[in-house]
Amino acid sequence: MHNFQFVKPTTVADAVAALEHDGAQALSGGQTLIPTMKQRLAAPEVLVSLTGIDAMKGVCKGDGGLHIGAATPHAVVAREAAAYYPALAHLAGHIGDPAVRSRGTIGGSLANNDPSACYPSAVLASDAVVVTNKRQIAADDYFQGLFSTALQLGEIITEIRFPIPERAAYVKFDQPASRFALVGVFVAKFAGGVRVAVTGAGEEGVFRWKEAEAALSAGFHMAAIEDLAPPKQRMIGDLHGTPEYRAQMVKVMTKRAVGAA
Amino acid sequence: MTKVSMTVNGKAVSRETEGRTLLVQFLRDGMGLTGTHVGCDTSQCGACVVHVDGVPVKSCTVFAADVAGGHVTTIEGMANADGTMGRLQQAFQDCHGLQCGFCTPGMVMSAAALLAVNPTPTEAEIRAGLEGNICRCTGYHNIVRAVMQASGQASAAVAAE
Ligand SMILES: Cc1cc2nc3c(=O)[nH]c(=O)nc-3n(C[C@H](O)[C@H](O)[C@H](O)COP(=O)(O)OP(=O)(O)OC[C@H]3O[C@@H](n4cnc5c(N)ncnc54)[C@H](O)[C@@H]3O)c2cc1C
Ligand code: FES
Ligand code: FES
Repeated sequence: MHNFQFVKPTTVADAVAALEHDGAQALSGGQTLIPTMKQRLAAPEVLVSLTGIDAMKGVCKGDGGLHIGAATPHAVVAREAAAYYPALAHLAGHIGDPAVRSRGTIGGSLANNDPSACYPSAVLASDAVVVTNKRQIAADDYFQGLFSTALQLGEIITEIRFPIPERAAYVKFDQPASRFALVGVFVAKFAGGVRVAVTGAGEEGVFRWKEAEAALSAGFHMAAIEDLAPPKQRMIGDLHGTPEYRAQMVKVMTKRAVGAA
Repeated sequence: MTKVSMTVNGKAVSRETEGRTLLVQFLRDGMGLTGTHVGCDTSQCGACVVHVDGVPVKSCTVFAADVAGGHVTTIEGMANADGTMGRLQQAFQDCHGLQCGFCTPGMVMSAAALLAVNPTPTEAEIRAGLEGNICRCTGYHNIVRAVMQASGQASAAVAAE
């Protein structure tokens, strides 16, 4: 790994200022970035740790629902969101393994937007708001394909605001070696309708399965999607599963999520 | 180089450290605490698990500078004050929970972290707690039994998986 200058600011303003430096990059839990730096796929000159910023940590109930600081580790979300939003807590408690959950953070996961990551499905299905140092971004505008998001250079996620649904569940079919989602589906039922977000499957990353949303909004039960064709999105094909297999699994996981919600 | 200070197994330490120095390098190369192992160096195997401020972390995937000021416990900190093996370590020996022993420091640290929050875990909870730790020798069965025994539970009935 190339060497770099390490800085650990304690305020968002100082972090934003440090990120203006050429070749600076944010570090949160490091569970994705450190392996990437070891492979020299990233070689920042200045690494700006966000884990010393207290204002970016913690879970609390606010106006917009549940507010989660971007630098909150998965293990803390699993514990502290449980009373307010059990499906989200369950998702956080099943990311990777206990040591990954001690360090990895929600902000890091969303900034990375891995097509097989768990959190993007919760954000999209909950119609959550991604708050940055500059603005608020609606979930539907935030995710922009494989590893790409609406974030601009130097912009950092500070908080995520989750509206709390009446019923919800996340069901993940694990890729057993990595524990990432081979297919994961998050279903959230609000008074105004149902949202269904799929991760692990789409070639363009997380997506909403709108046909299932319409069917489930008309009647929230497993049989409602029985006769639907699998989603039309182009599916990932790799050694773990063909595109046809993944498309079928989206349907199976959606049904299970509705059953579990 | 900057000075990084932390408390390791109860002792205050301070060392000149590069930004890129991983916690596991700080412990092994810097302090000579070679009980913490590096198996994969890619955050997959768990051989390098230590505790930072009471929670388990993969020390190959944390920068030493990022945990400055923290309290770190390694496998060397798990023995009793008189140098004999701690309860969990003894249970690994009693239950034959290791063969080559390479994964064992990480297994013990992950198991200790689990027992700290869940003193009497079920077999399923033990397997979930050790999910990030890979063992190429034992088939896990005796490791699960060791954790059962260390938590004061009957371990003979654990189903082989
Ligand atoms: C063994 C293992 C298993 C895993 N299993 C799963 C799994 O099952 N499901 C899952 O979803 N994930 C899984 N992960 C990934 C894990 O959740 C990561 O923690 C997460 O994807 C990245 O979060 P981080 O805090 O570690 O970010 P980092 O690695 O620190 O950063 C990732 C990227 O985001 C940027 N960044 C970080 N924080 C911010 C911010 N606040 N604002 C803007 N940019 C930011 C960084 O610059 C970097 O580019 C696994 C990882 C490992 C090692
Ligand atoms: S050496 Fe750290 S996880 Fe394998
Ligand atoms: S005892 Fe050999 S790897 Fe576990």
